[in-house]
Amino acid sequence: MDAMAAIKQTFFQECEEQLGELEIGLLVLQDGDTDPETVNAVFRAVHSIKGGAGAFNLDELVHFAHVFENVLDHLRAGRLAASGDVLKTMLRAADMLADLVRAARDGTAADTGRRDTLAAELRALDPEAAGKDLDSGHQDSHGDDLDGPVFEAVPISFDDMEIESTPDEHQFIIHFTPKPDLYAKANETALLMRELCSLGEAVITCDFSRLPVLEELDPEGSYLSWTIELRTVQDENAVRAVFEFVEWDCELDVAQVGAAQGLDDMALGALIEKMQAAVEAELAAPEVPPNDVQASMDEPLAAQAGSAGQALGNPPGGKPDAGKSSQATIRVDLDRVDRLINLVGELVINQAMLTQRMLEAGLARASGVATGLDELEQLTREIQDSVMAIRAQPVKSVFQRMPRLVREVAVMTGKSVRLTTAGENTEVDKTVIERLADPLTHMIRNAIDHGLETPELRAAAGKPEEGLVHLSALHRSGRIVIEVADDGAGIDRPRVKAIAAEKGLIAAEAPLSDEEIDNLIFLPGFSTASTVSDISGRGVGMDVVRRSIQALGGRISIRSRPRQGSTFTMSLPLTLAVLDGMVVTVAGETLVVPLTAIIETLQPKADAVHGFGGNSRVIAIRDQFIPLIDVGHELDYRSGFADPCKSVALLVESEGHVRSALLVDAILGQRQVVIKSLETNYQHVPGIAAATILGDGRVALILDVDAVVAGSRVAATGFEQLCAAG
Amino acid sequence: MTETASNPDQRPTDLARACELIAFRMGTREFCVDIMSVREIRGWTKATALPKSPSFVRGVVNLRGTVLPIVDLSARLGFPAAEPTARHVIIVAQIGAQTIGLLVDAVSDILTVTDDLVHPTPDVASDMAKTFVRGVLAVDQRMISLIALDQVLPVCEQDAA
Repeated sequence: MDAMAAIKQTFFQECEEQLGELEIGLLVLQDGDTDPETVNAVFRAVHSIKGGAGAFNLDELVHFAHVFENVLDHLRAGRLAASGDVLKTMLRAADMLADLVRAARDGTAADTGRRDTLAAELRALDPEAAGKDLDSGHQDSHGDDLDGPVFEAVPISFDDMEIESTPDEHQFIIHFTPKPDLYAKANETALLMRELCSLGEAVITCDFSRLPVLEELDPEGSYLSWTIELRTVQDENAVRAVFEFVEWDCELDVAQVGAAQGLDDMALGALIEKMQAAVEAELAAPEVPPNDVQASMDEPLAAQAGSAGQALGNPPGGKPDAGKSSQATIRVDLDRVDRLINLVGELVINQAMLTQRMLEAGLARASGVATGLDELEQLTREIQDSVMAIRAQPVKSVFQRMPRLVREVAVMTGKSVRLTTAGENTEVDKTVIERLADPLTHMIRNAIDHGLETPELRAAAGKPEEGLVHLSALHRSGRIVIEVADDGAGIDRPRVKAIAAEKGLIAAEAPLSDEEIDNLIFLPGFSTASTVSDISGRGVGMDVVRRSIQALGGRISIRSRPRQGSTFTMSLPLTLAVLDGMVVTVAGETLVVPLTAIIETLQPKADAVHGFGGNSRVIAIRDQFIPLIDVGHELDYRSGFADPCKSVALLVESEGHVRSALLVDAILGQRQVVIKSLETNYQHVPGIAAATILGDGRVALILDVDAVVAGSRVAATGFEQLCAAG
Repeated sequence: MTETASNPDQRPTDLARACELIAFRMGTREFCVDIMSVREIRGWTKATALPKSPSFVRGVVNLRGTVLPIVDLSARLGFPAAEPTARHVIIVAQIGAQTIGLLVDAVSDILTVTDDLVHPTPDVASDMAKTFVRGVLAVDQRMISLIALDQVLPVCEQDAA
């Protein structure tokens, strides 16, 4: 039973992949692509799900998949045009199929009402009679397509030859000796015999003489041969045609008994005609080995083949598998990969410790040990990169879920929405991907529900009725940046400010910049929807999105332009496992500053630092005045301020290209560190991204540069709320 | 560890059976926790301070690759903060999915008790007593308070600040 469960699990995993392909295919078709290969891919996906589901007796799934498949088959055969409405129905059917698969997997009940409605809609698309598909559905769902193609294709039209074939009976003696290849290609001799019998009266004798004793028998060998005496009105070509698909894999001898006498009787003209027919038959017979025939079935040929194409179906072991095997992938349990990554993490720490011990022992930099350690470091790094690459995945898997979400939210809100995506092949660590789905879902919902206007309002504003939501991903300076942009009304700043004031989040007359107002929506307890809607008003505000992104070591920001739309940008680390950092000391504590944030380091001179009212200070760097942030003070390590002249300034760039100078006591070095979450055993600490373990075995904290910068500004403006949120 | 350790936070509530408790001292007072939630006991090492944290959070230490937060239990219960020396110990405890270290003066005893030995917390108007003490034991004229570990970490306080 366990083995069965495991197979079933694999089936459901594959189903998810197929469903993904199905949706991608349909979306591509919706964009106007008419590549027959895309249609085939879509068809294959549904077909494979149906086939697998049949094997597990998931009747409900089989049934729906079958209806779906029939419509797709018409699409494939060109009897149904891939119009927008057809594809919309198909996309919803794909969603339903996904629901059915999940219901089957989790053992829950699917929405049968919706299923029946969709099945009916699908049948309505079927240009042929709808009813008969239902009946044929069940029988061909179990074990069809296995060897059908080869034999179904046999009745290639030889009708022409019947015209000149004489009505007289011929007698043939046929010697048929299959080679092992014949069986290897899944041919069945019994079927050939049956086919021969259909031509006329046959006496079949089987020759067992070459059959070895059991010990010597090769199970995949071929030891039998047959002699068939056939009396038929058909001529030799018809007889040979039976063996057409196996003739390369057997020894075949067809002899006409009494053919010699027959010659005399025949008119010369008839003979010539017969020879002509033979030549024609030769030409008509496909001169390709059976394998190629199978492969060609997937090709556009099938589209014109009409009923033949339908009967051939889609061999599951055909083309798609051949494509997959060339990529040579394996499935690995994620736990194993994670264990490997943890081990490599420990190795990195250990290697760092070793280097430190070596320095403490006073070994010369040029000694053999030092060289060996350098090489070890190189190797460790390469191992780490390779291991991380195993876990890296394109964000596609998350992006794929979004079209469905958009459709559903669009229906719920009565808005017309088009989702475009870009950069879905951008790779990021699997752990990041998994935790990306929730915030992304929320942001997209938000963009449609709050961002986009209703079609009437859009029309009034002179915009196309269909709203646009653009989802994109790209790599930027060692991070992945994901943007959700809408072309809606943008943030209604006066209203946001009024709500924030009303809820006591800000003082009513607080002078806020546009940017500050936009960021108010991230405050806890803020919700812009005046009516609590089903979509966004679940008590989950943007503050939750912000917090979950921050928990990933990421940041979220918003850009909004009135009447033109808003863009939410999240920036996330590529991996949650390692980081290149600069090790610094602040007030006796060791901190790690992510290297990606640092532009340069410098030693401030007394005349470059200027007071700026209150505790604010700025530093002049090449004619620019940059806010100076005392990290020790910011993190409450000390109550006073450090003397800039005895400190080192790190020029950093944070979200939105804001430059600041972080004041630290000293720089200890640069190191790759393994990120250890503080949240696992504790909780988020403001200003701190994570922790790590240094070479001396002590824990060092990794600075969250953006939070520190944001925190210092907030403190300066007395805007305490943001600090608590961040 | 055994399977029961995976769900240790429910143990103190279930006092129907005999259970083992680890008793420890802080100053002159004695406390105890369910032994099933204790993973190990180790000596004090200097912790890395966490900024903007409650005063009773001493910081974090490295426990074989895991970042372990250290809670000064004395300060957490409202008594004066400990001044850790090499003789102080850290009780590594599992609370739900989290592992934390409790800084205490010294471990004194292992007690095997049944629920009839655990008396309800005396009705005193102390927040500390209400929040952290599940019950009290009388052992050899000493009063030992049974600590409920699930309240020890400041989960929500930080968010509300």
